[in-house]
Amino acid sequence: MNNGRFGIHGGQYVPETLMPAILELESSYNKACRDDSFTQALDRLLADYAGRPSRLTFAANMTADLGGAQIYLKREDLNHTGSHKINNVLGQVLLARYMGKTRVIAETGAGQHGVATATAAALLGLKCEIYMGVEDMNRQALNVYRMKLLGAEVHPVESGTATLKDAVNETMREWTRQVQDTHYVLGSVMGPHPFPTIVRDFQSVIGKEVKAQLQEKTGRLPDVLLACVGGGSNAIGLFHAFTEDSQVRLIGCEAAGRGIETADSAATMTLGNPGIFHGMKSYFCQDDQGQIAPVYSISAGLDYPGVGPEHAYLKDIGRAEYVPVKDDEAVRAFEYLSRTEGIIPAIESAHAVAYACQLAPRMKPDQIMVINLSGRGDKDVAAMARYKGEKISE
Amino acid sequence: MLPQWHVIRGKRSVNRIERVFTGRRKAFIPFITAGDPSLDVTEKLVLTLAAAGADLIELGIPFSDPVAEGPVIQAADERSLAAGTNLDSVFNLVERIRGDCQTALALMTYANPVFRYGIDRFAKRCGDCGIDAVIIPDVPFEESEEFRPAFSQNKVHLISMIAPTSAGRIRKIAEKASGFIYCVSSLGVTGVRSQLDDQISDLIVQLKKVRDIPCAVGFGISTPRQVSQMAAIADGVIVGSALVKIIAEYGDQCVEPVRQLADDMIQALDA
Ligand SMILES: Cc1ncc(COP(=O)(O)O)c(C=O)c1O
Repeated sequence: MNNGRFGIHGGQYVPETLMPAILELESSYNKACRDDSFTQALDRLLADYAGRPSRLTFAANMTADLGGAQIYLKREDLNHTGSHKINNVLGQVLLARYMGKTRVIAETGAGQHGVATATAAALLGLKCEIYMGVEDMNRQALNVYRMKLLGAEVHPVESGTATLKDAVNETMREWTRQVQDTHYVLGSVMGPHPFPTIVRDFQSVIGKEVKAQLQEKTGRLPDVLLACVGGGSNAIGLFHAFTEDSQVRLIGCEAAGRGIETADSAATMTLGNPGIFHGMKSYFCQDDQGQIAPVYSISAGLDYPGVGPEHAYLKDIGRAEYVPVKDDEAVRAFEYLSRTEGIIPAIESAHAVAYACQLAPRMKPDQIMVINLSGRGDKDVAAMARYKGEKISE
Repeated sequence: MLPQWHVIRGKRSVNRIERVFTGRRKAFIPFITAGDPSLDVTEKLVLTLAAAGADLIELGIPFSDPVAEGPVIQAADERSLAAGTNLDSVFNLVERIRGDCQTALALMTYANPVFRYGIDRFAKRCGDCGIDAVIIPDVPFEESEEFRPAFSQNKVHLISMIAPTSAGRIRKIAEKASGFIYCVSSLGVTGVRSQLDDQISDLIVQLKKVRDIPCAVGFGISTPRQVSQMAAIADGVIVGSALVKIIAEYGDQCVEPVRQLADDMIQALDA
C-alpha cells in the first residue's frame, strides 16, 4: 500500500516535524505485530483487563417488537471503560511503551477515548495528557472528572468550535512540540497513515468475534451490519472481517444533528466533499474555499467534520452505505433500547439503533442484523435528561 | 542602496527568488496573514515592508484549522476569515501589489484550500498573478509529488521544509527542493520563543554538505538579536508571529509600528 492509501484516500499530510515520528510508528508497529511478546501481552490485556470477547446478545424484545430481522447486539458497552475505544487504546499504549515512549497524549470528544487512554496509561505506567474542547467538557463533565481520577491531565481547548476537531488540532500541535518522548494515541481510524490501519487492526477484533459468535449461534453470516460513524473506528472494527463477504450489507450511521438540510449537522458522507485535513485525504464538511465547516451533533463523539479514509473508500467503491440519523431519532432510540432491552446505549451507538428501527421491519424474519453497541450510555444520562427538559443534579 | 525591485522590475518570477539570497546581506523574510485586519492594510504592509528592504514577503492564506500555527497566527487567521478574506481576494490583492512592487512574494497555505480550489488551477493562478513560491506545511516530502508538477509547470517554487527531527531525510528533501529550503528552527508550532534551539545549525551544516541551496530559518524568531543570531547560520531569516502580534495590537494603525520592528531587524542584519 502506497503511504497507506485507500483508493485516493488516506496518505500522510503532516508537517515535516511529525513525519519521522509517523514513519517510526509504522516500522515499530510492523515489528510489534511480528513479536509474540507484544501480541501475547495485548491478547492478555484484552481478555483479562478489557473483558473480551464482548457478548453478542440476541435482542429478543426488539426483534419481536419490530417484526422483521433477527437483531443481535454486539456488546462493546460491556468492555472495561464502557466502549470499544479500549480495544485501540490498549494496543496503542502498549505500542507506545514498546517504542520507549514515556508519555501519551490524546484528543477526546465524548470523553470515552480520553478515559480509555487515561486508563491504559495508568495501567501501563505512562504519563497521560488529554485535549478536549470546552464545549465537550461541559457536555461530558463526568468523563472529565473520570480522566483526572485516572491520573491524566485534561487540557481545555478553546480554539475554533471548541469540539473534537479542535481537540485534534491541539493534540497535533502538542505532538510537534514534544514528539521525541511522546506518542499520540489517535482515537479513531483517521489521521495520517499508519493510524487508520493501526486503529482498524486493533478494532477488527469486534468483527472477528461477531463472525465466530454468529457462526456458533446460527451457523451463518449476518445480512446487515450497522454501526455509528464518527471517525469510524467502531464501524470499521465491525465491518473489517466481512468486507470480502459481499452478501453482507455494511451500513454506517452518521450524525445528521438537526437535519442534513440545516447548518447543524455532522453528516460528512452525505454533505462532505473530498479534501485533505488532519493528515489524510478523505471526505470533509467544508465550504467552497476549503475551510473546514463547523459541525453539530447532540453526540460529542460523532461531532466531527471528517471521516476515516477507509470509509471514504468503501463508499467510493459502493461496498458500504452511509445514512444520516438525526438527534431526535437517536434520542428516541436511546430511550427505546433502554425500555425494550434494559440496555442504555451511548448516544453515539443510539444512532445505529435508530436506523435499525427503520430497517429491521423491512427485512425478512430469517434475516440477521447485527448492531454494534459501541458504548454504554451512563455518560449521556445527564445530557439526555437536560435534552428532555428535566432538571437533575449528577 | 536601491530597493531591489527597481533593479529587477519586469523580470521573470524565477529570478525574483534567486535575487532574494544574492543581496549584500542575509535575507529578511517577513510573514503576515493576508486580510488581517483587512486586505487594504495588507497591501500597505507589503509595500511598506518591500520599501523597508524585505527580500521576500510571505502572505499567509487564512485557514480555519491551521495546525502548524501557534495562538498568535491562529488568531490572525480568525480575524482575516471574519473580515471575509478568500482565495480569489488574495490573488486579486497580489495582482494589485505587482502593479508597483517586484519584491518576491510567497503564499503560505494549507493543503485543503489548494486541493479544493484545484491544484492545477491554484498553481496557474499563482503563476499568473506573480507569486514566486508556495509553502504548504502539511504537504511533506512523501506527499509532494501530488503538488510539485503543477507548481513547476507554472514556474512557482514549491518550498520544501526541514525540521529538527529531519536528520536522515535531509538528502532526499534537498534533492527535490526548489527555490530555497525552509528550516524550522525548533520543535512545535509558530509563535514567539525566548530561546531558540541550536540543533538547527547542525542541520543547516548537513544540508549544505548535500546541496548548495539557500536556506531560510523560521518559527519563533522575534527579536532583532535572534534575527542576527539566525543570520549567522542561515541565508535568510523568517519573522512571523512577532509582526502579527503588532498587527493584532494596532489593527488599522499597524503599518508604522510594523515598519519600525522590520527596520530594527534589517539593521540587525546589516550590522
Ligand atoms: C461510544 C462511542 N461510539 C462511537 C464513537 C465514535 O467514534 P468512532 O466512529 O471512531 O467509532 C465514540 C467516540 O467518542 C464513542 O464514544
